[in-house]
Amino acid sequence: MVDVTRGAIEAIPPAEVPDVELYHPHSWIEKYVFSQDAKYIALQYSITALAIGFVALVLSWLIRLQLGFPGTFSFIDANSYYQFITMHGMIMVIYLLTALFLGGFGNYLIPLMIGARDMVFPFVNMLSYWIYLLAVLVLVSSFFVPGGPTGAGWTLYPPQSILTGTPGQEAGIVLMLVSLIIFIIGFTMGGLNYVVTVLQARARGMTLMRMPLTVWGIFTATVLALLAFPALFVACVMMLFDKLLGTSFFMPAIVAMGEHMSYRGGSPILFQHLFWFFGHPEVYIVALPAFGIVSDLISTHARRNIFGYRMMVWAIVAITALSFIVWAHHMYVSGMNPYFGFFFATTTLIIAVPTAIKVYNWVLTLWHGNIHLNVPMLFALGFIVTFVNGGLSGLFLGNVVVDVPLSDTMFVVAHFHMVMGVAPIMVIFGAIYHWYPKATGRMLNATLGKFHFWVTFLGAYLIYFPMHYLGFLGVPRRYHEMAETAFIPPTVQTLNAFITIMALIVGFAQLVFLYNLIVSAFKGEPAPSNPWRATTLEWQTEETPPGHGNFGKDLPIVYRWPYDYSVPGAKEDFIPQNVPPTPRPA
Amino acid sequence: MPITVLFLAVIMAIAGGWLLQQRLTAKPWLEEGVIGDFDGTGSLSMPAAKIGLGVFLAVIGSLFALLISAYFMRRGYADWREIRVPHVLWANTATLVLTSVALQGAKYAVSRRHLNAVRARLTAGGVFGLAFVGGQLWAWQELTASGFLVATNPSDSFFYLITGLHGLHVLGGLAALGWTAERAWRGIAAEKIQLSVDICATYWHFMLIVWLVLFSLLTGLAEDFGTLCRQLLT
Repeated sequence: MVDVTRGAIEAIPPAEVPDVELYHPHSWIEKYVFSQDAKYIALQYSITALAIGFVALVLSWLIRLQLGFPGTFSFIDANSYYQFITMHGMIMVIYLLTALFLGGFGNYLIPLMIGARDMVFPFVNMLSYWIYLLAVLVLVSSFFVPGGPTGAGWTLYPPQSILTGTPGQEAGIVLMLVSLIIFIIGFTMGGLNYVVTVLQARARGMTLMRMPLTVWGIFTATVLALLAFPALFVACVMMLFDKLLGTSFFMPAIVAMGEHMSYRGGSPILFQHLFWFFGHPEVYIVALPAFGIVSDLISTHARRNIFGYRMMVWAIVAITALSFIVWAHHMYVSGMNPYFGFFFATTTLIIAVPTAIKVYNWVLTLWHGNIHLNVPMLFALGFIVTFVNGGLSGLFLGNVVVDVPLSDTMFVVAHFHMVMGVAPIMVIFGAIYHWYPKATGRMLNATLGKFHFWVTFLGAYLIYFPMHYLGFLGVPRRYHEMAETAFIPPTVQTLNAFITIMALIVGFAQLVFLYNLIVSAFKGEPAPSNPWRATTLEWQTEETPPGHGNFGKDLPIVYRWPYDYSVPGAKEDFIPQNVPPTPRPA
Repeated sequence: MPITVLFLAVIMAIAGGWLLQQRLTAKPWLEEGVIGDFDGTGSLSMPAAKIGLGVFLAVIGSLFALLISAYFMRRGYADWREIRVPHVLWANTATLVLTSVALQGAKYAVSRRHLNAVRARLTAGGVFGLAFVGGQLWAWQELTASGFLVATNPSDSFFYLITGLHGLHVLGGLAALGWTAERAWRGIAAEKIQLSVDICATYWHFMLIVWLVLFSLLTGLAEDFGTLCRQLLT
């Protein structure tokens, strides 16, 4: 409940706010192609990320076809299977999720939500996108080089990733590493923009504690990414040295194909430390924006202020800090000092506390809310359920004794797909349905949207729930084909076939989504400027879609927090952030 | 990894200290009205470029902290042999110190609006910076000539990797310095280039600090210092 005891506050006339000088495009190319407007850059990022994401989706079908019906498809052999899983994982985690949440939603929403005209370094922002595109192109080019893309698994563990026998060990792995290095450089440019814009370009009255949780989530995720990506950068550079210059950073003395290689003394564990020092924060780089966005979706579509805003902010900050000291829980089976295992298990379980606070707050926001079950809300609810499921299996895996037998089984695959695959994707879909009207001026088709939601949501459960069970049975991950084993019953194959069929159906639903996305841009119902009756600043722009400079002549002034829904005594059930307070009758 | 965690702890402490001044205990749902009604905290008034530089330096710091962590972990393995660093590195360190001094001078001059002094000091800084890069290449040349190639042994690999990455960052600094100096020589007013000069100076000071840490690692000075501290303590 909003406190109704607050006293009458006189609206104070705004002081002169120094406006920023805006870069104006001079030609069509500068406006739409090499655009320095964060909104166009956001759309470029989003379209590129979704396009490469569809490639990864197709790869997942191929993976499932092999697992469900082994030996049926002649174009999938062991090598190509490994290439598919590697590229599927890498594309989804880095080139889709990271790029879409931070490059896409970050660019679009940060300036609009905090009441800025644009990002603070528009030129660097533009470079960031083009460098990202270059990284994607380098990645895609690895499909067309001799030997194909790398098949080392998305973790790229040495020594196998650069040794003979691993598919794509010639050009594929080099292109992969180069692409990652380029991506990190491009991301750093964008990331500096997001952080500094939040710090320096907020509208008058937009205190940190009045920022929508979406901005908090994207902001902290960017800080996390800026500090964590250097670990991947260092790991990639060192592996390139090992591969191309013959150094032995990660490569131990090794006999390959009956011959002693020139490598000696290096440490594969060193790579794992560097990789997971980036890899675990990466989970939160994806999760924190999702947390933020879903908070706003739930509050808006349940017409209720977010429960425990302060706790939500503190939890986001706590998760950011904690996520740097849990990385080695990915390495329990690498042979570590048991005390280290104990330490990392403890930190891992502690991180469940702020996360649980967030889940409780979402549920309590819904409690007694006026829930509108429209498409964004459905996806938001789908996220909560899925995230809780995936998070709980994470609590199992966080304990060393449970992790050791389950490691490298399908249980792990099911866990991380639930928690950082399906859950964030749910938020991405919800967010697209939510903000599409603002970005394009047209509504997405709600019927197709509901179809998309139900097939995706139910389908995802039918895919990943059985997969947990396969993990318990001991079905290993990454295996291209199961031979006769004593402990795996033949019914596993039936279940695998079922999962494959479900995966294809869910995949089909994504094509419906794609159709909706494209057709609605041209033929969708025209959207009013604030279709969801939301309070945040991006819905209060003069034009829809917002024009160059976002807000007409004057920048908005913020008078309140972003969650004034259903305020008792107010005329409407929402009060936008830029509406000055009215003195209340005594 | 302890070094990286320590570095991040410092960053987190700075960020956390700043956050604590932002009234995170505010109850925004009770606080209607413009910002002046409450204590604290609008946007930072510092120029965006300066904040951007600060964040960027944190990223670079993270990069080098990770490299140092990797260096120490790899060093723990049996095949490690200490490197004999070329003596020219001492001279290089001196030129990098001189660059920093010159740029600090330029920063002082630009705040006093002495455009001629700014030009001279920026140019001097550029020359010293170039000399540093040249000297580093010389060091590589010397090592290569005496048969220590990048893959000869792990400490050589680290030497080339660390000096190379640091050198790339120095080249970036040279580009920014060149751009600033060019603007100064073109006769743009001192107050208009003040921000660029300040940023160049800060960046080069940071590069110097990073280099001093890396240099003390590579020469083993860091270890001598550690041993000395331990002896003093026991």
